[in-house]
Amino acid sequence: MPAGCGAVMMLWVGVLCFLFVGKSETAAENAEDETPRYVEIVGGGRHVMSPPAPPPPRRPFSVLSRPPPSYPGHIPINSFEKTFLAFTSLLGSFLNPRRGDLIALAGETTSTPYFLPRLLRTMQSHPTGRAILRHRPEITPTSIPPVATLLTYPPTTLGYTYAKWLETHHLSPFTRPPVRYVPTSELAYVLLRYRQSHDFYHAITGLPAIREGEVPLKLFEFMNLGLPMTGLAAASYATLKKAERERVWDIYFPWAIKAGLECEGLINVWWERELESDVGGLRARLGLVIPPDMRALRKAQKRREREKDKEMGDAIKVDTAPVPAPTSTTP
Amino acid sequence: MVALQQQQEGVPSGTEKTTHFGFQTISESKKADKVAEVFSSVASSYDRMNDVLSAGIHRLWKDHFVRSLNPGRRPGGSPMSILDVAGGTGDIAFRMLDHATRINHDTETRITCADINADMLREGERRSLVDTPYGGTDRISFLVQDAETLDAIPDNSVDLYTISFGIRNVTNIPAALRSAHRVLKPGGVFACLEFSKVRPAMLDAIYQRYSFSVIPMLGQLVAGDRDSYQYLVESIKMFPSQEQFAKMVEDAGFMLPGKGFEELTFGVASVWKGVKPLH
Repeated sequence: MPAGCGAVMMLWVGVLCFLFVGKSETAAENAEDETPRYVEIVGGGRHVMSPPAPPPPRRPFSVLSRPPPSYPGHIPINSFEKTFLAFTSLLGSFLNPRRGDLIALAGETTSTPYFLPRLLRTMQSHPTGRAILRHRPEITPTSIPPVATLLTYPPTTLGYTYAKWLETHHLSPFTRPPVRYVPTSELAYVLLRYRQSHDFYHAITGLPAIREGEVPLKLFEFMNLGLPMTGLAAASYATLKKAERERVWDIYFPWAIKAGLECEGLINVWWERELESDVGGLRARLGLVIPPDMRALRKAQKRREREKDKEMGDAIKVDTAPVPAPTSTTP
Repeated sequence: MVALQQQQEGVPSGTEKTTHFGFQTISESKKADKVAEVFSSVASSYDRMNDVLSAGIHRLWKDHFVRSLNPGRRPGGSPMSILDVAGGTGDIAFRMLDHATRINHDTETRITCADINADMLREGERRSLVDTPYGGTDRISFLVQDAETLDAIPDNSVDLYTISFGIRNVTNIPAALRSAHRVLKPGGVFACLEFSKVRPAMLDAIYQRYSFSVIPMLGQLVAGDRDSYQYLVESIKMFPSQEQFAKMVEDAGFMLPGKGFEELTFGVASVWKGVKPLH
């Protein structure tokens, strides 16, 4: 697919940003009137929260006298700096996707002032989301059991699936950088929660941590959470190989759009408490449909290619077999 | 990221002597370690960052610095022994040797590269072997030394002492100046290249905003480390002015030629020189 396809996609992403994506709070509130899918474990009863206070208005400031940080590690930046960082980090992470810190920076600088507060409202409209915001759990070596322990769980549990996925890819879940450029502490936590849960999204959907797996997952996240960086990251579709692009366009993108919109907001899942639950049951509760196994499809494709190469190799051998010398049968 | 944890440690109790680390106040004993950490983390991307931050002008400054010192044997004189302090990656050292060899036709002048940070020295050693003909010869040697003490350098042994973009990181600058005075031979030259105050106020306003906004952002984008570059620009701001530092050089026992300093690029950097008196 030519590069023009990438441009069309980005335009489409831009339009969708403002129209359809992300779980709106009204949908979640309607769901609340029905049987709740999550029982609030902490505290027993259901808490009624007063509407959140609006964030304090931000006054323009000089870089020589920045306002005090709102949370540890916070760096207040003005709009010029935010725009500069957003453009350069998006460009840098597109050109070098291994720079995880640039991807993180792109996420932080493009999510405010609109998308991250909207995601926050989604969390506040959901009972488990509210509980998560109150307790602010983080995925650290002390909050979840080590991979070796998780691998001893029954194979149908989320914990086992997650640990198996980490092990297959030789990844650690604790390498996500802290959030620094988001203006308030609560928004920073929401973004951090998304960043730290990303591996769980991989585990629950089954997509591998290769470029071909990350691109549809990013689109899925965009449909489900509404953060622009995820949608723009899906434009890395243009960098995939031809066979990968075909699979992603035919199978995984349509899945990502449908599943992302229909599934419950994954930001509202308290992953640390679901490690022992059955994966299938969790998916059913969330309304999440998983795509075909990408690794299996890739293996099948490679096998087909190997067989085709072998056939061609055999064909060449037959063609170059020595021609038997003509016997003299001329009269 | 590194500096955040550092902010929790190194906070002084009431009775310890304190100094500045950029805009933070920390106990004196901790500063050397923290500076070492900053430079370990920037060592590998140091030159690329210098190019990005100064748009390559740092090369012009260093070339001018070396040319104005004119290292190498004078006609009828003897070869020089040069000490370059805080010159880990070897920028100035290589320029000095090149100038001595090519301009003054002196292949015997020797230089010792001293730095408190072994990572920067390793980078310099690697570069001397790969990029220059001096690596592995006796013309250049690398030593881990603290600029405040220089314990491995004997008194009155050095013809030329240079320190380039290093003295603002020293915890106790007067001690470093006194050590320089000790190791130089009578008649020897002390030369320092460092960031200084930009003089025209309009230009300074732009320069400050560039320093505190663009430089840390580029540190984040290019090197993935905002905090080290935030420290660097804060340490530039905390360094004394041209006149104040010239007074400090004089107080350490040097004779100053003229004002004692020469401004480069409107005062973004300056060169201070002093001569150790013969008696």
